[in-house]
Amino acid sequence: MRRVVVTGFGVVSSLGVGREAFLEGLREGRSGIGPIQLIPTEGLATNFAAEARDFRGEEHFSRSDIALFDRVTQMALYAAAEAMAQSGLELGEAQQLRAATVIGTSMGGQHTQDDNYRLVYGEGKTRVHPFIVPRLMANAPASQISIKYGLKGPAWSVSTACASSNHAIGQAFHLIRSGGADMAATGGAESGLTYGVLKAWEGLRVMARDACRPFSRNRSGMVQGEGAAVLILEELEAAKARGAEILAEILGFGMTSDASDIVQPSLDGAARAIRAALADARLSPEAIQHVNAHGTATQANDRTECAALRAALGPAAEALSVTSTKSMHGHCIGGAGALEAAATIMALRDGIIAPTINYEEPDPDCDLDIVTNVAREAKISAALSNSFAFGGLNAVLALRRWEGV
Amino acid sequence: MTETADPVFTEVRRIIAQQAMMEPERITLDSTPDGLGLDSLALVEIVFAIEESFDISVPYNANDPNASDFDISTVGAAAQAVRRLLAEKGS
Repeated sequence: MRRVVVTGFGVVSSLGVGREAFLEGLREGRSGIGPIQLIPTEGLATNFAAEARDFRGEEHFSRSDIALFDRVTQMALYAAAEAMAQSGLELGEAQQLRAATVIGTSMGGQHTQDDNYRLVYGEGKTRVHPFIVPRLMANAPASQISIKYGLKGPAWSVSTACASSNHAIGQAFHLIRSGGADMAATGGAESGLTYGVLKAWEGLRVMARDACRPFSRNRSGMVQGEGAAVLILEELEAAKARGAEILAEILGFGMTSDASDIVQPSLDGAARAIRAALADARLSPEAIQHVNAHGTATQANDRTECAALRAALGPAAEALSVTSTKSMHGHCIGGAGALEAAATIMALRDGIIAPTINYEEPDPDCDLDIVTNVAREAKISAALSNSFAFGGLNAVLALRRWEGV
Repeated sequence: MTETADPVFTEVRRIIAQQAMMEPERITLDSTPDGLGLDSLALVEIVFAIEESFDISVPYNANDPNASDFDISTVGAAAQAVRRLLAEKGS
């Protein structure tokens, strides 16, 4: 069977611009969450978020590019450029035809939408800039990456709320494994820290009061974030043949639907997705040593997720290290799974598990081995990365440390 | 006043020059969109910028630009069309 490996990744996040800034932030247990600076907060109940404050599109793109790229696309393109550079891939014409682009985003070009709704509804403008549609459409990040690198094979965007990135990476993985493509630029991006989107989240009443504290008994909810991560996946033999440095192997992917409630998570749906990922990876529960949890820091998620890990993995769940890096980079919604896949690759490759920061009080309903507050060194051979979306859509990736064979 | 010193032409030329990424002085009455390397998306941006600058509504349809009631076949024609729209607006 064809195998699939990661040969590059790029990240834009509240921990900084670029892969190294992200990984350094994770190792240091640094919070990227702070006062909202990029939009006026007057009238918002929550005035903090995980903004990618250091990412300024005008430093990376021309004026005419920015006319066509929403902030979400700018971030996705930056991450893709970093990932492509790390992979060292230079695609010939035949390879371009076998190259896929699969990018997750929950909401697409929200800044474009918010700014222009304000113009027409708020300020009574009678016309808007001609590029609003190509700027805000959800497939803009996927299409612009495909255009930039000449990736002419299958390309599409995935929108499954908080699981968008995991669904994207999982589908790209399956596509390469089954022979539908030889490489893929995949991952996700979200930039929804706009007045309108933050108002909508306020309405749901799940936003944290102070900090993002996954698995800690005194948690008070989620913190919104923005960011993008793009991974370069390649078929193993092709990667080896060109002497690429392999960063990790993707072993399996499982997806399920709760088919029950539009917002309440389900233990059964999550557990079935974890089991499906293990079965797809042909791994036993004992083979997994680490989980990058969905860990949103809502009571409903954290308790259900811990119970689902126990239900799916049995006694092996007790030996796992579990972390939620959302405590640092916030909940990047459609980009979340891709950022978390990057954190998981760090755990596998460098043996450094990023911590769950802001952890203060043990929760008896979340009594797994949570990596609290400071990074931990551990040799990890295989890990899971969970995403469980609103709408009951679950997507779990299984990754393996690359040992040279 | 010669036509090239006309404020409408000067503004239309400025807008087009910005899209074509060249010095306005290099653009003449006879310059064509093709000759300036302007694609269909750039033309739509130019029409939008003209509407914003002159506060007029330009009847331009990108589906079939030739059938539009706005001649943008040359820069001079576009300036003339703007003058007509300004006159209609004023009347």
